[in-house]
Amino acid sequence: MIIYPDAESIAQAIPDGAQIAIPASRSGVAMAVTRALISQGRRNLHLIAAPTSGFQAEMLIGAGCVSIMESAGVTMDEQGQAPCFVRAVKTSTIELRDSTCPAIISALQAGEKGIPFIPMRGLLGSDLLRYRPDYKVIDNPFGEEDDPIVLLPAIVPDVALFNAPLADRNGNVWVGSTRELMTLAHAAKKTYVTVEKIIDDDLYKDKLRAPATIPNLYISGIAEVEKGAWPLGQPYEYNIDEPHLENYVRQAATPEGFAEYMASNVTMENRNAAE
Amino acid sequence: MPQSNETHYDFSQEELLICVISRLLKGIEHVACGVSSPIPGSAALLQRKLSGGSTRVTILLSENLQFLNDGVTELFDCAAQGRIGAFFLSGGQIDGKGNINLVGVGDYPQHKARWSGSFGSGFLYFVVPRVILFREEHTRRTMVETVDFISAPGLSEPGVYRPGGPYALVTSLGHFSFDKKRGGFCLETIHPDHSLEEIQDNTGFDFTIADGLKETPVPEPELLELLRGQIAEEVADPYPKFAKVVWGV
Repeated sequence: MIIYPDAESIAQAIPDGAQIAIPASRSGVAMAVTRALISQGRRNLHLIAAPTSGFQAEMLIGAGCVSIMESAGVTMDEQGQAPCFVRAVKTSTIELRDSTCPAIISALQAGEKGIPFIPMRGLLGSDLLRYRPDYKVIDNPFGEEDDPIVLLPAIVPDVALFNAPLADRNGNVWVGSTRELMTLAHAAKKTYVTVEKIIDDDLYKDKLRAPATIPNLYISGIAEVEKGAWPLGQPYEYNIDEPHLENYVRQAATPEGFAEYMASNVTMENRNAAE
Repeated sequence: MPQSNETHYDFSQEELLICVISRLLKGIEHVACGVSSPIPGSAALLQRKLSGGSTRVTILLSENLQFLNDGVTELFDCAAQGRIGAFFLSGGQIDGKGNINLVGVGDYPQHKARWSGSFGSGFLYFVVPRVILFREEHTRRTMVETVDFISAPGLSEPGVYRPGGPYALVTSLGHFSFDKKRGGFCLETIHPDHSLEEIQDNTGFDFTIADGLKETPVPEPELLELLRGQIAEEVADPYPKFAKVVWGV
């Protein structure tokens, strides 16, 4: 477990081509690291949204960092569709793996259990299943009558990446009730977390906080980054910056507008960080 | 848009739809609703009040209106076990067999129009007994003969585990039930100021018409009073923008 000095150092630990599991927009998204991945020119990322994504996938796709997008939905929520995502889908510049929320979560749970696949109800007769050759249908071997059921291959991401409210100096990370982050950390080979604050107390020894804490066994690195999820919100800490995202969606309606947004936000971020 | 509050007999389209959906939730022990569905969410909160609290309401991701604390998987596990009696789904396209499309228009994957994605529909539609399809826009663009992409099918082959599925379709023009045996929608009521011809003209699929086809009952004054008072306050927590626009709270 390494305590990194900033979001940029965490981004450097994530290589080109990595399969990265990321949480939904309201669960704690490592946006500062996302901007750093973009400014470092990361390429061919395989994003696995657990189970959906928004501004994070949108920015990475727009900046050309993503080759595979696996998710149950990419949306700017209140602000509508994600413009770069939609453009990339229409021009096939990313490989799309559409799924449904519980399929992605179940496959990550198979990953955390170390089993090769997991069965799930639903999906039969959908076009989601039709376009996912990696999903298989078998007959329930325990059923007395015909009972087709879908098998999902386990997901073991190279990296889980998210933002959380708190960590201690041993690298234990408190996530509260956003427990899908625990599933991500359990399933992934490496887990990097930006936190709003690193505290001196040992979270794991605090009986009230320990049950909502990811033990440092699963954590590869943390960095203290204030407002690490901005402009998205962080549970327990701050709300989403709606005006910023509203402005983004307006600007990114054209590729030129997206480039302008990036020029004035991502590079400025780095200039600030360097000061 | 909201109309004048001077007499209780004026009501907005939102209030009408909330009352229609609320009636469809009678007897349900646990209703779950997405964070961007203010009309179904308001209907669930109204039904909770009318049930004397026996209907439990989970508004996903809201701070005060959910009972789940085991991450995003819990809703789906809960639904898989039959612990969620009703849920709402929508679709960029809905067809006459109850298939819904949340993915896009045209051929996959290079759609003419691409939407966000299927979210939980590919699972919840199979396991929640009373799925209410809600789409305000009722046009031949949304109510199509055949969807371009099946995010979740309305019907399943015999032998497929399917305790759940479509129960009703509510739009800005009317309320349909879903006949599982026949595999299609049946028009039950037409909202005030709309007509059968208008619904036929704006629907891309064939549907049957209920024997006792009638006008959708208008919200009773007592219900409107409840909606504009206590329910409006409750709705303002998960859906602040909606509560402000509709009731000014």
